[in-house]
Amino acid sequence: MRTSPLQPWHEVAVHEQAQTVLHGASGAAAVFVGHMRDFNEGDNVTAMQLEHYPGMTERYLSKIAQSAFTQWALLDALIIHRVGELHPADPIVLVAVWSAHRKDAFSACRYLMEELKSTAPFWKKEQLEDGSERWVEQNTAGY
Amino acid sequence: MSVTVKFFASLKDLLGCDGATVEIGEVASVSDVWLQAAGGKAMPDNVLAAINMEYVDQNTLVHDGDEVAFFPPVTGGDK
Repeated sequence: MRTSPLQPWHEVAVHEQAQTVLHGASGAAAVFVGHMRDFNEGDNVTAMQLEHYPGMTERYLSKIAQSAFTQWALLDALIIHRVGELHPADPIVLVAVWSAHRKDAFSACRYLMEELKSTAPFWKKEQLEDGSERWVEQNTAGY
Repeated sequence: MSVTVKFFASLKDLLGCDGATVEIGEVASVSDVWLQAAGGKAMPDNVLAAINMEYVDQNTLVHDGDEVAFFPPVTGGDK
């Protein structure tokens, strides 16, 4: 969980550098980065508060990562999620997966992102251009 | 027995607090805890519940010392 601005590509580069087990063994890295949009449901969005359930959110991220490791031949995975105040174009989430081959990397990255969206407790409160606020309780389909 | 109740996101706004400690009878379900903690306010549709940070359904029985959390659907939608 990250309360300060997230620099996803920097995180990936630093992680790859540090994890020497990946060097030579990893033939595929699949990376998903989610950013905040400036529109939702037909309205202009100026800012967003991202709330989570400390403890439970981390627990569920760990569960889905463990589940991915049982389903695919993965070497490593990195999940970083922002909480707190965000603005349009800010990175919200990073999911990165390393594997020997692209099939497992792509599949696991997709799985982690979809499971994160459907089971990890995060809630978004949007601030709109007219100054009003609203909770987001729907999400766009991933498939 | 005593349970700790937490509310998140829109439920926190709806109830005007982020939680409470509730004294409740020895046999109580998650929905009994809601009624007591929410001061009789009806539970909105689609509210999710967790006991000690694990998802449960509304009929699950609670135990002394449990942390019972209520929250709207996570932003991904269906669990």
